[in-house]
Amino acid sequence: MTNTVACNKSMIDEYTVEHVGVLAQLELTAAQKRQAREDMAGMVAYVEKLRELNTEGIEPLAHLFPVGNVFREDEVMVFDGRKEMLEGAPQCRDNLYVVPRTIDEA
Amino acid sequence: MSKEYQTDIGLEVHVELATKTKIFCGCSTAFGGEVNAHTCPVCMGMPGALPVLNRQVVEHAMAVGLAVNCKIMPYSAFDRKNYFYPDNPQNYQISQLYHPICRDGYLELDACDDGTEETAEEKVPKRVRIHEIHMEEDAGKMHHDSSGNSLVDYNRAGVPLIEIVTKPDMKDAGEVIAFLEKLRLRIQYLGASDCKLQEGSMRVDVNLSVREMGAAELGTRTEMKNLNSFRSIRNAIASERERQIALLEQGKEVLQETRRWDEDLEMSFVMRSKEDARDYRYYPDSDLKPLLIDEAWIARVHEAQPEFREEKQKRYRQQYDIPQYDAELLTESKAMADFFEETVSLGAPAKKVSNWLMTEMFRMLKERELDPEDIRISPKHLADLIDLTTRQVINSTVAKEVFAVMFDSDADPVTYVEEKGLSMENDEGALRQTIEKVLAENPKSVQDYYNGKGRVVGYLVGQTMKATHSKANPTSIKKMLMEMLNLPSDNR
Amino acid sequence: MQIWDCTAVELSEQIKQGKLKVAEVLEAVYRRIEQTKDLNCFITLDKEGAFQRAAKVQEQIDKGELTGPLAGVPFAAKDNICTKGMRTTCASRILEHFVPAYDAEVIRRLEEAGGVLIGKTNMDEFAMGSTSETSYFGAVKNPIRPEYVPGGSSGGSAAAVAAGACMYTLGSDTGGSIRQPASHCGVVGLKPTYGRVSRYGLVAHACALDQIGPITRNVTDCAAVLSAICGYDEKDSTSMARPEEDFMGALIRDVKGMRIGIPSNYLDGIINGEVKAAVWFVARQLELAGAVVEQFDLKYTEYAVPAYYTIASAEASSNLERYDGIKYGWRCEDYKDLQSLYRRTRSEGFGAEVKRRIMLGTFVLSAGYYEDYYLQALKVRALIKQAFDEAFEKYDLILAPVSPKTAPKLGESLGHPLKLYPDDVYTVSANLAGIPAISIPCGEDSKGLPIGVQLMADCFQEKKLLQAAYTYEQERMGYE
Repeated sequence: MTNTVACNKSMIDEYTVEHVGVLAQLELTAAQKRQAREDMAGMVAYVEKLRELNTEGIEPLAHLFPVGNVFREDEVMVFDGRKEMLEGAPQCRDNLYVVPRTIDEA
Repeated sequence: MSKEYQTDIGLEVHVELATKTKIFCGCSTAFGGEVNAHTCPVCMGMPGALPVLNRQVVEHAMAVGLAVNCKIMPYSAFDRKNYFYPDNPQNYQISQLYHPICRDGYLELDACDDGTEETAEEKVPKRVRIHEIHMEEDAGKMHHDSSGNSLVDYNRAGVPLIEIVTKPDMKDAGEVIAFLEKLRLRIQYLGASDCKLQEGSMRVDVNLSVREMGAAELGTRTEMKNLNSFRSIRNAIASERERQIALLEQGKEVLQETRRWDEDLEMSFVMRSKEDARDYRYYPDSDLKPLLIDEAWIARVHEAQPEFREEKQKRYRQQYDIPQYDAELLTESKAMADFFEETVSLGAPAKKVSNWLMTEMFRMLKERELDPEDIRISPKHLADLIDLTTRQVINSTVAKEVFAVMFDSDADPVTYVEEKGLSMENDEGALRQTIEKVLAENPKSVQDYYNGKGRVVGYLVGQTMKATHSKANPTSIKKMLMEMLNLPSDNR
Repeated sequence: MQIWDCTAVELSEQIKQGKLKVAEVLEAVYRRIEQTKDLNCFITLDKEGAFQRAAKVQEQIDKGELTGPLAGVPFAAKDNICTKGMRTTCASRILEHFVPAYDAEVIRRLEEAGGVLIGKTNMDEFAMGSTSETSYFGAVKNPIRPEYVPGGSSGGSAAAVAAGACMYTLGSDTGGSIRQPASHCGVVGLKPTYGRVSRYGLVAHACALDQIGPITRNVTDCAAVLSAICGYDEKDSTSMARPEEDFMGALIRDVKGMRIGIPSNYLDGIINGEVKAAVWFVARQLELAGAVVEQFDLKYTEYAVPAYYTIASAEASSNLERYDGIKYGWRCEDYKDLQSLYRRTRSEGFGAEVKRRIMLGTFVLSAGYYEDYYLQALKVRALIKQAFDEAFEKYDLILAPVSPKTAPKLGESLGHPLKLYPDDVYTVSANLAGIPAISIPCGEDSKGLPIGVQLMADCFQEKKLLQAAYTYEQERMGYE
């Protein structure tokens, strides 16, 4: 398993840090990127231990209890705090939330 | 073109489900209304808010799945699709990737009018396979102002959608349209959605690739978005096929990319290519419990499936003796079929109802550019109108006028005929007087009649009709007129 | 005895008997808060609102409409629990001015029980940390020895109760965030079974692991608060419908015949000698009270922390995507387009530890790594759950340390996350397996810092847990 850790260090390269930063919408300075790379390499090396275990045939446990089918009925419930929600927005106009212009991809 | 090419088309069809509330909260899905009126902490992705699944969404998804011959999966669950965009309040969309609710279905296209020479009986129906159907939430709507800002309305955020994904089994626009027509009609018949392309309650993305005729491997596909009508779909398919063939002919490669169709320019533009394809980081959403669907539940939904178009047509032919062509038209929309059946159930003769719908109703709808869903006349009133004509209270000319009024206002024909004094003159005395007046005013025609020119009778009937403002029954007029002409003149 | 020395249930009794007014209790609490201001337990206090509410509660008590064990008693909630009209910051700059338009279900239930909300407690930013030092509003200090941390992430909630600045508080526990600070501050903290308490209104850290629970002076208060906040909530799909349970009825001094297992591997390795001795001492006392205590081998314990950090970080990376400066919360000053608005807002709005976990979480979910890391962690979680299922076939309860050491000094561990992660080894398993676990004070080390001991039970066996905890508490009082 010493191999895994070794390959792991190279796995967290600059590109990975850059890519993960883009996905997570975080802007990092050069120094922060270096730090992030170090932190991530350390954290990944730490969780790498999981891969030691043979989990063949084990179902991933995403939902704790074997309970399903939790529903609400299709009935309208009006929320009365809509005004407060709008007032809490960093920028809104005519009851719309304002953002810098997007190229509409819809 | 030096080589022959074939086209392979698959579809991703998003359908907005006709529920009263959103998929994960109690906000209304009503269209229109004030911006951001239908929002709450859940569909706004506020911190601490949690989604709870709307049962009706599952019922609709199962119903559509069964209607397109899918397997309903005993276990399905929701996943998060992570991407940042302002129309998506949580910056993740709750969808189903790993365990969709339905898999492995198909629809058979009607084997007709593709221009080839075989008759319908000789053809094997074309089968379009459905890969899966999954449930997900819709995004909000973006508006753009002139000052460099975009404005977000979250009323649509969280409206339930199903996405129907087909295999690349269609070979041309004709098959695509035929598939979509059939799919749309089935969903409309289920009442699961109104499926309006223009209004966005049905959205179609076309995945298209070309390959040399007979080649074993599919070509590289592109995905086309923003197709808001069947016309756009047809044009986009033709354009994209040509574009891809042109690339191949030039020895270039087709790139896997998402393109956006511009209907005005009749061409498409790259939205994003595979290189910057997003990494959505799908993973199970632990805020929502999985769905465990047993056989009993599937059976219940199965039992509630309506009679679809093909079955209806057959029944109309057999039960009501209605010609195939008429049956096809009457079942073209669920709204029209429902209207027909309801009117018949009120006692109106099926053939007469069918005639009214086939002629006046379709003519008026076309004239006003309306859909059968927009019909305002109630079945009861059409049945009453038919009754008035059957009992000869009004003649067909008047009936058509009354129908036109009813079409716009759903006026009660009985009241209307009475108020406007439109019922036929059944008062013999009054009619006799009118005819006498007509005969007196037309001595030449009377003379012609006696000279053996029988065809003047028609003219005299017409004159009498005119004098009664079309209220009299022409048969009664003719009968009385003949009687009076054949009496000795002093007895007239 | 000072008002602020009383337990919640004692105070409520005196109020209901008319010996004390709700407003008097509030006065005393706010005085005590003022005296202990330097501990930085609170982020927000609403004195005016609390007194208004106190008047109303007093009226209801006088009319005999409020009779429960918490009627009239002030409480505070961790600042990641939404309170309508009162800002809820998660100790983050990004939510510095966020005022929810809704109450968390637990707040609604406690108010229904006659609780008076006095404010919001400090914590690690977005509940990520175990020292309460990552707060945007400054570190919390340990009331026992202020140069030490109170533990975390619910450090403000635990410190406030220990300092007498509040009778009881609510915390949240994703990997030990209630139990560990309770242990470091010498108070009682319970993480209920996953699904026992509604998460509606709890700002999510890791949806699959988060639970809200009480931090109290003693086990009786703990049972009273749990009784008030538990139960099915239709707004939380993961909350479970259970027959009504009376946790006050579980306060019986009796562990005769109870089978208690101690995972032997918990007592090797990184555990501090004084803590280990304290755990053994508890075991001995329970044995003397009639329990059958033995060691056993709990499988997969060394994988619990890596699995925990993988799952918790992954879920956190997704849960924290919504903080983007558009719908609520803080927005950065200058941005030129949407992308820079997103990036600056998030980079400037989140602290270092939060960003570290978002990066790790994003990575383990990203294409190419999902199966090896995230999915593998879920599989390991299944194995850990299995190991606990097997253990509970043999034992009613598991006895364990809470943390391998007592509270570290302030500033000692900041910026070195990996140094701290292994210390979560005894607490994270309960979250991964969804089981209830309680931390109760059991002594102090040579520095005078509190040591806590942990009891765990099978899912929905809180009664058993409370009964044993209550028995131990009584035995210990008798002993002292």
